[in-house]
Amino acid sequence: MIGLLGKKLGQTRVYDTNGVVIPVTVVLAGPNRVMQCKTVESDGYSAVQLGFDDQKEHRVTKALRGHFLKHKSSPVKRVREFRNFSLNVKPGDVIGANIFAQGDFVDAIGVTKGRGFEGVVKRHHFRGGDSTHGSKGWHRRPGAIGQRLFPGTVRRGMRMPGHMGQVRRTVQNLQVVQVRESDNVLLIKGAVPGAKGDYIVIREAKKMPKKSSPPAS
Amino acid sequence: MSQALFDKIESEQFRKEPAVFGVGDSVRVHTKVIEGDKERIQVFSGVVIGRRGRGLNSTFTVRRISYGEGVERVFPVHSPRVEKIEVEKRGSVRRAKLTYLRKRVGKVAVAVKEKEAHA
Repeated sequence: MIGLLGKKLGQTRVYDTNGVVIPVTVVLAGPNRVMQCKTVESDGYSAVQLGFDDQKEHRVTKALRGHFLKHKSSPVKRVREFRNFSLNVKPGDVIGANIFAQGDFVDAIGVTKGRGFEGVVKRHHFRGGDSTHGSKGWHRRPGAIGQRLFPGTVRRGMRMPGHMGQVRRTVQNLQVVQVRESDNVLLIKGAVPGAKGDYIVIREAKKMPKKSSPPAS
Repeated sequence: MSQALFDKIESEQFRKEPAVFGVGDSVRVHTKVIEGDKERIQVFSGVVIGRRGRGLNSTFTVRRISYGEGVERVFPVHSPRVEKIEVEKRGSVRRAKLTYLRKRVGKVAVAVKEKEAHA
């Protein structure tokens, strides 16, 4: 397992060698500072803690400041652990986009854009009603939500209007189209959850791991 | 900072010699066609009836009358599949989009006034 903390910068397009357009998401993927390496002996599990995006010291909580002090790291905005990190790193190391290579498959984890209170057409892809042919006031409604006296209640899990978006989502098996080491930037095929400037996690694809890395234990 | 990065990523893919043509020009677009493992050049000639987008995303539309049928093709300006864009005739038009050509039939269908050379 390898992974990085990153920031979504936006989307653009890239032509491949055949002249086919590939839509890509540009992700700032580093520098990530290795803050702490947890081991089975000392912590009960193996993990690497990464920090990303420098922060002014007075802006971090005292608890985090103590943590940074202990591990001799400058304050950062995001800290995250990656279990069973397959790269050999030690605290103080700085890693970046180059831990991935072109053609690798990755998973992107982020928080989707908030949509607010949405109806069933947008939220659950209901068909709604006809917009013409005599329909009046029945365009985007959910329709029936129950039966009769039996069961006399709305079944649990009935899809209804409500808050949509702003939830953590993982998009699996996205291909790395380009690694721009000088800018610490990854170009990832397709879309990644979140708005521009949102923090995301890029990790090796769980279902399509690198050939070279050992299987996750 | 990130806009500069996007400009860099996109400008790397721009075509080497900028294609200088405008709406109303008669052009010959040389496109690479891949058939099996062979590659050949196909030419599509016609009148540019519009350009849209900017930077890497820009495309242009070429209209021609082929065997009595109007044909329009949209090309991305910076696509590596577009080998070169040759300008045959400069056109002088007053509109950004020449959609009015679509309604025209017969001889005038692709008639665009030629640009007079500057003295």
